[in-house]
Amino acid sequence: MSPRHPVLTMTAISKHFPGVRALDGVDFRLFPGEVHALMGENGAGKSTLIKVLTGVYGTDTGTITLDGAEVSFSGPMQATAAGVSTVYQEVNLCTNLSVAENIFIGREPRRFGAVNWRQMRRQARELLARIDLDIDVTALLGSYSLAVQQMVAIARAIDVRARVLILDEPTSSLDADEVAQLMRIMRQLRDEGIAILFVTHFLDQVYGIADRITVLRNGRLVGEYPTADLPQIALVEKMIGKELDALEQIDEQSRRDLATVEAGTPFVAATDLGRTGSVAPFSLTIHAGEVVGLAGLLGSGRTEVARLFFGADRADLGRLTVDGQPATIRRPVAAIARDIAFCSENRRTEGLVGELSVRENIVLALQAARGWLRPVPRRRQDELVQRYIRALHIRPADPDMPVRNLSGGNQQKVLLARWLITEPKLLILDEPTRGIDIGAKAEIQRLVAQLSDGGMAVLFISAELEEVLRLSHKVAVMRDRRMVAQLANDDTLDADRIMRAIASGAPQEGPDPA
Amino acid sequence: MSTGKSRLAAVTGHRLFWPVVVLVVLLAANAAYRPSFLAVEVKNGHLYGSLIDILRLSAPLVLVALGMSLVIATGGIDLSVGSVVAVSGAVACLHISERPDQNNVAGVLTALAVAFGIALLLGAWNGVLVSVIGIQPIIATLILMVAGRGLAQLVTSGQIITINSGPYRTIGVGHLLTLPFAIIVALAVTVALAVLTRRTALGMIIEAVGGNAEASRLAGIRSRRIIFLVYVVSAACAAVAGFMMTANVSSADGNAAGLWVELDAILAVVIGGTSLAGGRFFLSGTIVGALIIQTLTTSVYAMNISPQTALLFKAVVVIVVCLIQAPAFRARIRTRFRRRPATPVAPTVVEKQKEQVAA
Repeated sequence: MSPRHPVLTMTAISKHFPGVRALDGVDFRLFPGEVHALMGENGAGKSTLIKVLTGVYGTDTGTITLDGAEVSFSGPMQATAAGVSTVYQEVNLCTNLSVAENIFIGREPRRFGAVNWRQMRRQARELLARIDLDIDVTALLGSYSLAVQQMVAIARAIDVRARVLILDEPTSSLDADEVAQLMRIMRQLRDEGIAILFVTHFLDQVYGIADRITVLRNGRLVGEYPTADLPQIALVEKMIGKELDALEQIDEQSRRDLATVEAGTPFVAATDLGRTGSVAPFSLTIHAGEVVGLAGLLGSGRTEVARLFFGADRADLGRLTVDGQPATIRRPVAAIARDIAFCSENRRTEGLVGELSVRENIVLALQAARGWLRPVPRRRQDELVQRYIRALHIRPADPDMPVRNLSGGNQQKVLLARWLITEPKLLILDEPTRGIDIGAKAEIQRLVAQLSDGGMAVLFISAELEEVLRLSHKVAVMRDRRMVAQLANDDTLDADRIMRAIASGAPQEGPDPA
Repeated sequence: MSTGKSRLAAVTGHRLFWPVVVLVVLLAANAAYRPSFLAVEVKNGHLYGSLIDILRLSAPLVLVALGMSLVIATGGIDLSVGSVVAVSGAVACLHISERPDQNNVAGVLTALAVAFGIALLLGAWNGVLVSVIGIQPIIATLILMVAGRGLAQLVTSGQIITINSGPYRTIGVGHLLTLPFAIIVALAVTVALAVLTRRTALGMIIEAVGGNAEASRLAGIRSRRIIFLVYVVSAACAAVAGFMMTANVSSADGNAAGLWVELDAILAVVIGGTSLAGGRFFLSGTIVGALIIQTLTTSVYAMNISPQTALLFKAVVVIVVCLIQAPAFRARIRTRFRRRPATPVAPTVVEKQKEQVAA
């Protein structure tokens, strides 16, 4: 490697929050023209490091230098102006504004003090052309898919003559083609000399693009390595800090075959169930002790199927039986009364109440089912919460901490705990492992296997085919808002076959009907 | 040393710390102006003094603000409380004025029950508009805010109804166990609401609905019922406040009773630390907020501040309270004033950071 100077150096950064030491003397370097992966489990301090860098948080101790000069940003705006741009995991643009407005918000091209709309639109088109995105820049951002919104966020970030581009899990909601497109853009930007800090949980992407890797664990620096010198298994070990064969263990568990699982009446059976404009009629049964995987691309209707089972949306077509009895589930309350639970993929907006404590979030569903007049006794709350904090390794193990202070993976576990204490018979998990680290992922997968062995029916939705294959007895495949196939998970089923089903399943081609 | 420090931090970090400091400063200013301000004496077995007066006069505002806290916690707002005060007071006074013997306790109780019932209906009206029909709370309650005044004038036929009822007067200016009756009523309602929200799961569920309505729905909370309920509770509190206010002056004025009390109530809630965006609510904070507002009003009169400047004076104090309350503002003040490193940890680093900030 040539003797270059890092564009960005962070030295001995420490940061602590009430009760948590989020960063403890962490060093980090970033060179121009490299893609640098920042890796670590949930709560390892990745997000905190980025927020310290961009000035969202101040540091307790430590220095940051950019181009040799010491800096201390007071906020993301200032960081952006200095050439440090960030694209966050959850797109934080304004969906009620146009694409062009979103790209130029806060720095609109002006003429005589007024916004120069024509120039703004032209520049927006040029910028998007640079990343091969051809969309109507005057349309509302909200009218495009999450993936396109993510691309727009990147276009916004690179426009400000960024020298450092931070991508915080940009791929967690993208499908394979979009990821490939993003990787191409990243390479292009890297070759232009931009330093890219890349946070992701997808190991393939790290090994596909990163030049160097920095690993954090529990707020401390584990080390910085050239990607070529760090085999995947070594990386995982460094992240987890222990030998990990957890994922393999689940693989080797003997999976009961579909015929045994599907004996008897199903716990839920949908017959031509559907919702106009949302998901085409489908039929699906889920038995006690069965894990049904739901595979498909982003926007293929996976979540919509789950929402119909839970009554989050109302089905207007078809029939549903629960425990052999016809059931009309018009709202979540009705589903919960029939022992159905649903962990939404959007933890922040549809799952947790951020300012309430871990304890309150965990007992919320149980309490709602009992009604407000019959509070869960405090001693029982403490007992349940303690048990699940321990069982699911929720960290920090403080039941009174506001849940928004927890990392993504731990929030996911809180949401899981909320539903597990209601002792559901059908657990619907929508992307439960999205955006969380490999250790927590293994824990959640093991938990799903345990629960189904214990007789719980599970509807498991995931974009990761390996995960679906590992856990499911049966895989239903979605494409363009229809269920195009149901495949028994026997020895002949592999990721290739599911992908072929996704690729060839639907009769018609073209954009989805919504 | 270090434990003492952390205890100090725990006290100053408490969300009630700054509102209480403001209240104490206001009281101290009054005491400095007029040393007899703090004196409390017993006359005829009743407590008298400026402090007692402040407590007594703040009772109606405390009640309205407590109900308002719950509404605001769900992410709503209730602008109609002033009108409900007027209607309930008017109905009660009208009922009593039509009786041959206005001092008949049973008659007064019937009047209270009728007026209270009507207030509950008005609260239910708000609740239905917001939770069932789905009108935005500020608009839904604006309807009753305007219409309720008309209703109150309809009840009083546009006149001021004057009554001469001993039992009714007691609600405003009577005494029980040496304390003014109004204070006891306010205390009782406070305790009742605290029990209703914190001994049951209602408080947590209100906070969940206000904090994240969609997540609450998906957790199985029937938020409509909860939202309906808080508007009814708010109207009920306003009704009791209406009895107090009209009993104070033994007359019901459809125009003036409870005028602008909704604004003072919202202010008290905000000063108390409850966010207008909904979520966590603090009944104790609301009470301190209401006391601050009443103390301010009393001070303005006691210190002979001219009526022309009184409102401006109030506004300035309120702005200061709100600023002190805001953690972001305090943090800014702290960085502005902390020129020296407060902690001995790695002073060079802190020094360098400051240079950057300065540059």
